[in-house]
Amino acid sequence: MDLASIQSELEASVPGCRLQVIENPAPCAQHSLLVDAEHAVLVATYLRDFLHFDYCSNVTGVDWLPKELSEKIKVKKTVDGPNGPEEKEVDEVRKTSVPGYMEVVYHLFSTTDRTGPLPLRMRTPNRDLTRESLTIPSLTPVWRSCEFQEREVYDLFGIHFDGHPDLRRLLMWDEFTDHPMRRDYVDPDDYEYEPTAHDEVLARLRQHYSTAGGPAFPQGGGQ
Amino acid sequence: MTSPEPGHEERLLEISMGPQHPSTHGVFRMNVVLDGERVVRLKPVFGYLHRNHEKIAENETYLGSMPYTDRLDYICSLTNNWGYALAVEKLAGITVPERAEYLRVITAELTRLLNHAALLGFLLQDMGASGTPLMYAFREREKILDLFESLTGARMMCNYMRFGGCRVDTPAGWLDQARKVVADFPRFLDEFEKLLVTNEILMERTQGVGVLSRELAISSAISGPMARASGLNYDIRKVDGYGIYPRFSFRVPLGSHGDIYDRYMIRFLEMRESLKILEQALREIPDGPIIDPKSKPRGFRPKPGECYGRIEGPKGELGFYLISDGSPNPYRYRVRPPSLINLTVLEDLCLGHNVADVVVILGSVDIVLGEVDR
Amino acid sequence: MIGDGILKGLAETARNFFGSYVSKERLTTVQYPEEKLPQIESSRNFPFLVYDGAEWDAGMRCVACQICEKECPPKCIFIEKSKDKKPDAVGKPQFYPARFDIDISVCMSCQICVEVCPFDAIKMDVQFDLPTDDRFGGLMLDRHKLAKSNEYYHEIHPTEASAVDAALDAERAKAAAAKAAAAAPKPAASAATGTAAPPQPPAASTPKASEGEAK
Repeated sequence: MDLASIQSELEASVPGCRLQVIENPAPCAQHSLLVDAEHAVLVATYLRDFLHFDYCSNVTGVDWLPKELSEKIKVKKTVDGPNGPEEKEVDEVRKTSVPGYMEVVYHLFSTTDRTGPLPLRMRTPNRDLTRESLTIPSLTPVWRSCEFQEREVYDLFGIHFDGHPDLRRLLMWDEFTDHPMRRDYVDPDDYEYEPTAHDEVLARLRQHYSTAGGPAFPQGGGQ
Repeated sequence: MTSPEPGHEERLLEISMGPQHPSTHGVFRMNVVLDGERVVRLKPVFGYLHRNHEKIAENETYLGSMPYTDRLDYICSLTNNWGYALAVEKLAGITVPERAEYLRVITAELTRLLNHAALLGFLLQDMGASGTPLMYAFREREKILDLFESLTGARMMCNYMRFGGCRVDTPAGWLDQARKVVADFPRFLDEFEKLLVTNEILMERTQGVGVLSRELAISSAISGPMARASGLNYDIRKVDGYGIYPRFSFRVPLGSHGDIYDRYMIRFLEMRESLKILEQALREIPDGPIIDPKSKPRGFRPKPGECYGRIEGPKGELGFYLISDGSPNPYRYRVRPPSLINLTVLEDLCLGHNVADVVVILGSVDIVLGEVDR
Repeated sequence: MIGDGILKGLAETARNFFGSYVSKERLTTVQYPEEKLPQIESSRNFPFLVYDGAEWDAGMRCVACQICEKECPPKCIFIEKSKDKKPDAVGKPQFYPARFDIDISVCMSCQICVEVCPFDAIKMDVQFDLPTDDRFGGLMLDRHKLAKSNEYYHEIHPTEASAVDAALDAERAKAAAAKAAAAAPKPAASAATGTAAPPQPPAASTPKASEGEAK
């Protein structure tokens, strides 16, 4: 079944759900279905039980930073000309700021119908780094495979999954505080390794050791 | 069945197996709670080999990530390369010439032989056979690793696939050498069969142990030989039919019990099927270009879009999810690791069994920590 | 009989054990370092810089275009361009690297630098026994340690080296032919231009001088 018929069937069966097809311009044409957070678990249960999508293969987190798009447009403005004020078309740069958000993408397959990936997306409303804003309902009650992968998305992105049975860090150690896969993550500059001559890393290290007042910076030979 | 009698919780012993342990197949740790010798709870802890491969890929070009994919599942580097190349080719719409497709199938099936042979050797090692059958398996692996070295230049970190084909063509005499290796391999399999199939110790320790039911396998997205041992007939080579696999006739072995014995026998039978595919491919390989003529190593910028591409790796479904925003670096690069997904059911498999079985069950899941942690 | 399977397995092990005394195939141990396996031709370890002729400094093919530095995935190559130029194999004046360091503790032998080099200047070596006890500088190979002759390249990778030599000879012949063709019909103009315009180096963009500021 193609995505449009899946969407209409879901809208008929799960009342009130808001679905949107996100087009994918790549040649593989894997268009995805955006689901709102309220009805996500119901939509997922319907997909699993009635549309035979019983295999949730991959759960990915994506971090979209807010960006500013600038485009050149032509605008009619009143400017002072040689014969007094007149209307002219002027080039202006219009900046629109696109707000950021984080999203979670689930790739669903069907073992019985042997159909290909159905990407299912859920987005946070914005990119405020607060717990209320970065919350997404967990689909672990629907597919067991989401359990560890949602833990990994929590660990690396900081997205909190509502309804997850055991949400704790997976790959980083438990006392770690930051979320490494975010696009604005800065790694700590007090590495405990012998530095190789990568210039920016060396500069940061020197600054760190000189300001922290700690042990002297190890001067390696052959620099 | 598994919970201890009330009032006896203080008798529970919690041990941490790993991360430095000879049988955990890498730096992997399990917090096991035991009641006597029986497992009551088991929590896997990993992340000791986490190198944040996905973030490195966001700062490298698409080609620059290819050597890093070798280091994901470091035993099967050529299938990792193929998975990544397939995902990028689907993202950018690149076609692959025929000789390159045949070479990809040949190297992938040789890699499958490598992986399963190593795993069968490690099974007997984990059960206490102190390495002798392991060395027989590694003796056969050496022949295949020599083949890889003469083709790609390196035994393990091959970095061979490119977007649109393969990096370099076979040197003179390589195909004949490969045919010889494939012709000699069944003798090793027959010898190993005598060691494995009717061995009473093996049967006692593996039959009925670590049973994975089909429903749990589907719900937990288990893939590869572990899922097929539980009766789930899902082999991506047959389902997706990527590359030129539809041209080859091979069967997919299925298990009925889902225990450890089934998982090993499935891998054993898969090796025989791989030999069939190899014989066909080595016979039919045509001459021709090795890479899409329009591709070049530098300046590759796919158009914006996203793609999920997957292959049947020796351990399961290896998938790559790429989001491109038109720049030379990917915006998001995600590896779907079969070892990690297959590992999520470890607790369910081990409950109620003895501690000694935990090691053998872990061995049958077939993990490589490079892939679990990335 | 119980134990049948184990006996069959033991027979297998015995066959391998006694077989290792009679058949070469079953005895796979190589007594390294007294006995070494023959080198497989295309094996690769760490890069080295090729020089033609007898002088390593003058004959180096590298023109410091810094393409390998940009394409290296772990960024282990550090190049500084020279300020002056010297003539290369076809006679065209080119920059050369004043500093060319490879940190082999970072290098992962992926061979991408070899693939992208337009001048066939960097190739893969096969030496793997490079231990040192100098933790900080011992694994940073500089220009002198990296430079190895074309004859050495022929020794370790004969087929590849012959192909590269054939390609370079063809290019030199083309350059010489173009020079002769340009010089012959216009003898008056050649006095003004001096050497005729040489052809571009193979397949690549000309080295960008502005990249030098990046380092």
